[in-house]
Amino acid sequence: MMALSKKMLEQEPSEIEMLLPWHAAGTLNARDARRVEEALASDPELAKQYAVIRGEYEETIHLNESLGAPSARAMQKLFAAIDAEPARTTGALPLSARVATFFSSLSPRTLAWSASLGAIALLLQAGIIGAVLMKTQTATFQTASLSTGTPVTRELGIAAPSRALVRFSPEARVADITALLDSYQASIIGDAKGGMFRLQFDKAMSQEELTALLGRMQREKFVNLAVAAP
Amino acid sequence: MQVLYGRHHVRVYRFGLRLVRDEQTAEDLISEVFLDVWRQAGKFEGRSAVSTWLLAITRFKALSALRRRKDFELDDEAANAIEDQSDDPETVVQKKDTSEALRECLTGLSADHREIVDLVYYHEKSVEEVAEIVGIPENTVKTRLFYARKKLAELLKAAGVERGWP
Repeated sequence: MMALSKKMLEQEPSEIEMLLPWHAAGTLNARDARRVEEALASDPELAKQYAVIRGEYEETIHLNESLGAPSARAMQKLFAAIDAEPARTTGALPLSARVATFFSSLSPRTLAWSASLGAIALLLQAGIIGAVLMKTQTATFQTASLSTGTPVTRELGIAAPSRALVRFSPEARVADITALLDSYQASIIGDAKGGMFRLQFDKAMSQEELTALLGRMQREKFVNLAVAAP
Repeated sequence: MQVLYGRHHVRVYRFGLRLVRDEQTAEDLISEVFLDVWRQAGKFEGRSAVSTWLLAITRFKALSALRRRKDFELDDEAANAIEDQSDDPETVVQKKDTSEALRECLTGLSADHREIVDLVYYHEKSVEEVAEIVGIPENTVKTRLFYARKKLAELLKAAGVERGWP
């Protein structure tokens, strides 16, 4: 078994062989991934080894996923300890580090969504500006100071993500809350005040959509109350 | 902090649990790790992913916890028991299920080997990130994983599990 031939067990592995596990996990850079792909295409023994590595990869994930999640005790202990810490001055982290931290904490999917929304906002803005210019432009010469008498207004087209206030049921564990947040594509953005957490959803919603979603959330087992944030 | 905790605490817990093999200790670990993060946020330079930083702190805390446990609670015999809590090869082979045997053998690896297998396969860390977390050169990362897989092959072979290769 295992991706180790007798020859391999006796000899030092080649560079490509040692990179196979990272190729299986999809964490190689483009250059190394291409080298491995080429080697796999031309070497059946290496391809066989890679198939076995895929099996190890899947079972390692399965094993780790079976470990479960910590109880709420860990979170309670942590936040009790933080509450007991002396007050911190804000802005201790340099701006560049805070920005890097923020983007690092986003999942690749969230990051991709954010980039797409930003691109759409820019396109909409460019379209609106273009339309306004086309409308006001005449065939004759105009001075820069000429006023049409009509104020130019712009809309970004993308509203801010919707927010809500939610109170979780006392028996909710951290894992339950995390799963709930994932399923609703929401994040906790504010401290608990009066037992309420401030949530932000990954996308903007109309009032009707938000009301329907909060109604659905309200019926969740681990949610006591879900209302739109003021 | 709540958002950071919500996003990362499960993986931090699982990484810690695989190292210390005790749920209570692993839960204590995550509180310590995130408290450290709270205290040392200013030291984070943003050159690596937050998860890499968190796993490096977790590893340091886990090794400290293991040292404390060995120093104060366990004699050598008990420590050896911790090193290998998995079934012996004969028991594993009885399970017949290759996947289950593979998971048993993954559990039976040494702490160094378990750690590197988990970081690469489960936590999906690159060579550079593993080197940063474990504190070893990148070439050592590659060879250590190779020998971890070699050991895994030996354990499976001893358990009589053949997966058709080599």
